[in-house]
Amino acid sequence: MKGNRAAVLVWCFGLAACLLIIWRSHFTADMSAFLPQRPSPSQQLLVEQLREGNLSRLVVIGIEGSDPAGRAVLSKALAAQLVASGLFSTVQNGDATALAKEREILFANRYLLSPMVDAERFSVAGLHGAIAESVDLLASPAGLVVKGLLTHDPTGEMMTLLGALDPGDGPASSHGVWASRDGRRALLMAQTNAAGSDTDGQQRALDRIHAEFAALAADHADARLLVAGAPAFAVASRAAIKGEVERLAIISAVGIIAVLLLVYRSATAIALGLLPVLSGALAGVAAVSLGFGSVHGLTIGFGTTLIGEAVDYSIYYFVQSREGLDADWRREFWPTVRLGVLTSLCGFASLLFSGFPGLAQLGLYSMSGLIAAAAVTRFVLPQLKPPGFRIRDTAAIGRACAPFLGSLARIRWPVLALGVGTMAVIGANHARLWNASLTDLSPVPAGLVQIDQSLRSELGTHDRGYLVVISAPERDAALAAAQHLSAHLQGLVDQGVLGGFDTPTRFLPDAASQRARQEALPDRAELAARLRQALIGLPLRVDKLTPFLDDVEKARTMPLLTSESLKGSSLGLAVDAMVLHRATGWSVLLPVRPVGDADLDTQAVRQALAGERDAAFLDLGAETHQLYAQYLDEAIGLSLAGFAAIALLLGAALRSWERFVRVLAPLVLAVLLVMAALTLAGEHLTLLHLVGLLLTVAVGSNYALFFDQGDAIGQPRTLASLIVANSTTVIGFGALATSSVPVLQAIGITVGPGAVLALLLSATLAGRRPA
Amino acid sequence: MKVRAWLGVPSVLTFMALPAYAWDLDALMHGLAKHEGGHARFVETKKIALLDQPVVSSGELIYTPPAKLEKRTQKPRPETMMLDGDELRLERGKQKFSVRLSDQPEALAFVDSLRGTLAGDRAALEKSYRLVLTGNEEHWTLDLLPADPRLAAFVLRITFVGSKNRVQRIRYLQADGDSSEMTIEPADAK
Repeated sequence: MKGNRAAVLVWCFGLAACLLIIWRSHFTADMSAFLPQRPSPSQQLLVEQLREGNLSRLVVIGIEGSDPAGRAVLSKALAAQLVASGLFSTVQNGDATALAKEREILFANRYLLSPMVDAERFSVAGLHGAIAESVDLLASPAGLVVKGLLTHDPTGEMMTLLGALDPGDGPASSHGVWASRDGRRALLMAQTNAAGSDTDGQQRALDRIHAEFAALAADHADARLLVAGAPAFAVASRAAIKGEVERLAIISAVGIIAVLLLVYRSATAIALGLLPVLSGALAGVAAVSLGFGSVHGLTIGFGTTLIGEAVDYSIYYFVQSREGLDADWRREFWPTVRLGVLTSLCGFASLLFSGFPGLAQLGLYSMSGLIAAAAVTRFVLPQLKPPGFRIRDTAAIGRACAPFLGSLARIRWPVLALGVGTMAVIGANHARLWNASLTDLSPVPAGLVQIDQSLRSELGTHDRGYLVVISAPERDAALAAAQHLSAHLQGLVDQGVLGGFDTPTRFLPDAASQRARQEALPDRAELAARLRQALIGLPLRVDKLTPFLDDVEKARTMPLLTSESLKGSSLGLAVDAMVLHRATGWSVLLPVRPVGDADLDTQAVRQALAGERDAAFLDLGAETHQLYAQYLDEAIGLSLAGFAAIALLLGAALRSWERFVRVLAPLVLAVLLVMAALTLAGEHLTLLHLVGLLLTVAVGSNYALFFDQGDAIGQPRTLASLIVANSTTVIGFGALATSSVPVLQAIGITVGPGAVLALLLSATLAGRRPA
Repeated sequence: MKVRAWLGVPSVLTFMALPAYAWDLDALMHGLAKHEGGHARFVETKKIALLDQPVVSSGELIYTPPAKLEKRTQKPRPETMMLDGDELRLERGKQKFSVRLSDQPEALAFVDSLRGTLAGDRAALEKSYRLVLTGNEEHWTLDLLPADPRLAAFVLRITFVGSKNRVQRIRYLQADGDSSEMTIEPADAK
């Protein structure tokens, strides 16, 4: 008995350790659960973009209600408050006074920035041509803009730079700030300092937006705030998961306790019965925290499902063992329970190998949770049980159900025929059996997604996700390569293959390009001499162009433009979004746009890049899709491997073909029936349905083994334990099936019916044949 | 009223209410509104203090009442300006600009001077300008004086000269003293 007391001590110590680990754990709810642990190079970029990239920090904001003037006032005040908060790297609302800074930067650096600047441009002929064009432009309606610049910029470099900005794509504006085209909303964009992986930081930033707006909107009674974007998604997902996890935990706990109360009629028994569950859940979270460094909210959510399975062990123990005869239970039933636990472990072990961190976490969580729950049931519960402890005799439940469950054996052939039928259903629908979309797993509320889409399309930031990526060891080399590649891309635009593209070199050319432009500028005396000749035949005098001579002279020796000089402007923001410092060096992202709403001719773009060593074309949409498809394929493979491991284990333990088939058949049939039913109900199976099927096998294996080994029909207590265990499982997973978080709902809707089917099919197929 | 006073029409004739004498701003607008649009040739001369000589451009105007106006400049450089509802597009070689006029109140007021006059939309014109009509139906001059100081900061006066429902000349006098004058001749009889 001494050794067993040691078990209690070990348990107490273990619990304390788990609590300590959990207390220090980091909980997330971001995209990380959906991103690969060992990404390919192109996936790496996708992962970085989703975790740290600018898109992961971009908050899109709309203000509704009030009137246009009121919204403009709110927009400006909110922007000012957000800038002052220090939680955002930039806040933009289209305020023209804010853009003055950008114009200033472009104008001051026009001779470093304009791609037109070269020796040819500043030759007599080049100057003549450029100035003649500017004079001609004075005749145009755009002349009003040009006139003010002419004496400083007679060659029209500023117009070249502004033309490249493509103002036609920007958001509409009203009362000096961005507004939706229908004029119902004012629009803002803000970039959080907190990266996409820092949900806490992003939550603080979002809370600040709401708080500032609430304070400002006090004078505008009907003004409403809309906040979307990746940070809002991350925060909303976490809130949704947290809310759901709490709700589901309460529902299933209440349901399960009610059932146990009904059966046990003893508070002590319930308290004891829940110990393995709690121990398992704590061990699971602690193991995931140790193994992965952080715990995803979904893993905790999954924990509630574990209640359904782990509580079974104590039910088996309490219901099956006769008073005071623990040794009998250990001898008669424990081996069966142990085999059931091992079977479940085999199933979940396969998930550990998934490249999908969400699945791997689930696997580790379930394995450690089940081991802890089973161990506590086996070694700790008998020690904690007060002397003389007994629960109400439950044999009546078993006896009441025995005739029905016993009669099921008679329909085994029709049931097997049904199994063949379900295979036909699955076969006929195999093409649309699996859902190859990741978005269906997203816990982000649909309403928020809709707001996000509408704000984005109004802001014109609707990114189609086509990128050309250039990599180099140094930033400047990457910029130089981007500069070089821009010429190719411009060729594609001219051919009508591309609608357009962005490049950071518009605002931040590589140093060599800037220097080459500087060197193309003649000195003051030389320029004045050339101008005198160049102006022959033009209605402009050299003496009017002194500002031009001054500016060019200054540009010849001015410091080159760096990312520092762009800091704090939207130009800097644009450059930062496109130039990334990565572990492997620097990458420049050039977003490319298709013509109009058409799909991009990716073939043509790839062909154009074929000769460029360090450039790659990336279709983020296709990449994400492929990533998920890869997860799914991998998970299906792993599940099959897990199933094979289960089969091997059962084969080795049962040592009889007949029994092997009897135990396995109900599990296979239950899985097939659930798959067929979900398919017929119009559901497309996702990764999480697959996990649910694996769980069904894990839970169901206990039933089948008891029918096979324990002759459950003939033993009312055993039968009662299975029925009670099954009802708690159904309660736990039934609660999940009501969840609004798709991932949890998928598991619930699979395991709930699956567990009932597994019990009924075990009664039908696994029971010993009546003599 | 002003017009009649200027013409010095005796009250007895006014009493006779002959159509010819009832001609006033409303009548002008009414007539302009009836214009069916069409093609016209234009020559525009801009006098800019910075330049020794005026800049001259020419081309074609296509007007589709009430809100669509296309200005196709052929000399000195091909360029198309298209005014369609709220959108102003400018195409010059490879460069394209597009402006939503509702974004730019000043530009809108400027454009409305042209569009409002061509369409005979008095209400639209009076939103931004004080209107002064002189002359008679055969030879009238309509001055638009900006009421909004922001607009007045860059245009002092816009003058339309015409005959019956046809605009023959448009003059812009800018706040900095530069000016432009556009003469318009119908290219086809409509």
